[in-house]
Amino acid sequence: MENKISIDAGGVYYRKLNEQIRAAIADGATEIGLTGVNGQRYIGDGISDKVSINMDGVPGNDLATFMNGPVITVHNNAQDGMGNTMNEGKVVIHGHAGDVLGYGMRGGKLHILGDVGYRVGIHMKSYKTKIPAIIVGGCAGDFFGEYMAGGNLILLGLHHDKDKPIVGDYVGTGMHGGTIYIRGEVEQYKLGAEVGVMELTEEDNKTLKGLLTEYCTDLGLNLDDIMNKPFIKLIPISHRPYGKLYAY
Amino acid sequence: MLRNTMPPEFKVIVDHKRCRRCKRCLQNCSFGVYSFADRVVTDSAKCVACQRCVTFCPELAIEVRENPLAFKASFNWTDVHRKNIWKQAEQSGMLLTGMGCDVDYPIYFDHMLLDACQVTNPSIDPLREPMELRTYLGRKPDTIKVESASDGKLKSKTKFEPQMKLDVPIIFSPMSYGAVSLNTHKSLVMAAREVGTVMNTGEGGLHKDLYSYGDNIIVQVASGRFGVHADYLNAGVAVDIKIGQGAKPGIGGHLPGEKIGMEISKTRMIPTGTDALSPAPHHDIYSIEDLRQLIYAIKEATNYKPVSVKIATVHNVASIASGIVRAGADILYLDGFRGGTGAAPTVIRNHVGIPIELALAAVDDRLRKEGIRNQASIVAAGSIRSSADAVKAIALGADAVAIGTAALVALGCRVCQMCYTGKCAWGICTQKPELTRRLDPEEGAQRLVNLLRSWALEIKEILGSLGVNAIESFRGSRERLRGVGLDKQTLDILGIKPAGR
Repeated sequence: MENKISIDAGGVYYRKLNEQIRAAIADGATEIGLTGVNGQRYIGDGISDKVSINMDGVPGNDLATFMNGPVITVHNNAQDGMGNTMNEGKVVIHGHAGDVLGYGMRGGKLHILGDVGYRVGIHMKSYKTKIPAIIVGGCAGDFFGEYMAGGNLILLGLHHDKDKPIVGDYVGTGMHGGTIYIRGEVEQYKLGAEVGVMELTEEDNKTLKGLLTEYCTDLGLNLDDIMNKPFIKLIPISHRPYGKLYAY
Repeated sequence: MLRNTMPPEFKVIVDHKRCRRCKRCLQNCSFGVYSFADRVVTDSAKCVACQRCVTFCPELAIEVRENPLAFKASFNWTDVHRKNIWKQAEQSGMLLTGMGCDVDYPIYFDHMLLDACQVTNPSIDPLREPMELRTYLGRKPDTIKVESASDGKLKSKTKFEPQMKLDVPIIFSPMSYGAVSLNTHKSLVMAAREVGTVMNTGEGGLHKDLYSYGDNIIVQVASGRFGVHADYLNAGVAVDIKIGQGAKPGIGGHLPGEKIGMEISKTRMIPTGTDALSPAPHHDIYSIEDLRQLIYAIKEATNYKPVSVKIATVHNVASIASGIVRAGADILYLDGFRGGTGAAPTVIRNHVGIPIELALAAVDDRLRKEGIRNQASIVAAGSIRSSADAVKAIALGADAVAIGTAALVALGCRVCQMCYTGKCAWGICTQKPELTRRLDPEEGAQRLVNLLRSWALEIKEILGSLGVNAIESFRGSRERLRGVGLDKQTLDILGIKPAGR
């Protein structure tokens, strides 16, 4: 049963705001609307309930950190550290987002309409059916997918101007699991030594379509417009990039 | 090309007159020294001197000796340097090792002596009088306001931050499930419950069977974030953020794919057979402000449980510590350069970091001078070998100490430094089922309980002789320490006088 509640976050200290959100969930709220959010940190942190949280303002750092179930929608930009060590649930950002998104993320989805900063998807991992996904509509900075150990990291490069590269340097450095899909070409010098560039298989196209269909629904985009340009696929050359470093 | 020119480090000698060919040595050796061809045959080159065969030979027929090599003596070109070069010339790679630094840098604990009462101030007999070892770890208020309750009793008006209660000022240091066996984790956690202290999970998550021991567990979060999720963060009494490790400051961890079996895979939440890589830094922490962000992210996820931050002691440890306390850590865990490891490059283990004694004194000094010492408890680690080391560390300013290697030695470890091979014959640092079952958790726990009881008795005896009846009131009593054979500057850093003054 739907149980909607609205919380005015205007001028409320983050600790107080998060207490209010947890209290609302404990009271049975399933749909929480936040108005006046302006930089409060840790929204959704560690919450395991399957609730939805919507906001118009800009949330602060560490949105959805350790999050384990909720669906958060932000009709604005988001800041750094979103989805840190996230386990389950989804965050939809109708704007840009900052640095270090999805660090050590092991499940759930981050859907970002615009650009993202540096260090996105570092050490993302997967285990059995838990396969996290980060989809970025715009461009990304350096260290995209560094140390990546699992999951899917998708970069679309939609609506970016010609002078701006789709992704920064050190893509997938130290990568030892998971897949990065990039819509467009990336110069070889930008790729980490542990990464190989592959053609997409039928299986890849299926995965990609599945993930992007949901992304397009969330953000009101057209799937065909996205699929009209070829993708490249980056995977690690070895599951054990650092096996031959030692003497005994 | 010359190959395998390494002379064996040890010689395994079997007394065939005594040997009854029971083959127990074959069963017990996990390094492949023994084979059988009419009689026991040895391959000394494979021996690591773990003493498993010697211990289990019913006839005392086996002897493991050092293999003395008559190299031309050199003060400069020691055997160690020569052997290391041979190994690297043959195998090409960083030398890997286990356990703590084994190089003969000065051990300052062995250059400090404790005081005792004589004539003018009475000592206390711990057998007849109360002696308090209880220690509370966590943030303490700046001041305490007291008021009278309606029943006339005094009551604190000040709200305390959550504290971790220990019945002895000794905790078990973080050793991950993955590096050590599940039976080792079980032994540690069962002993911690029995004694009233805590074990730290290390960075490999917590096996589901051990969640019920939550009151005696600190869960660790490291850069690889293995097995970290909301339930895990809430499983223990506190959360420890691992920034660094004394044995390998500034470098990450690497659990080889061979050690990632089914149970480890479930606990760490990564596929079997892949390497578990912990990046050197947390890539979400590049500053004190970032650390603060993670500390409070964890506090938000755990309804404000105490958060500990573990660092390796490096040159600027005092200012780093100040930053960590200001970032909101409730406990500061200092791991000296002699701290243990399951695997580390030898060059790092033996040459990076500073001793815990100096680091601890410097940190305690700095936090006091800045007026923030009360904001975090200090746990000192990095080779606490005895109750005497523990008491000296507390006198230098620690609230409690952590033991890792000492606990493993209690479980049977012979400090052979072969942890990284995954072949531990004592079932401690291995994941092979035929080896891990050698450590019975009940028996292991009992041995650890015995060790902690022994140290607790000794600490009480020392406190009694000092005329102190509570360990918490002894913390930072550097006036009760004297240095022997230390230069002026070292004495100054330690904040102690030379013996005779």
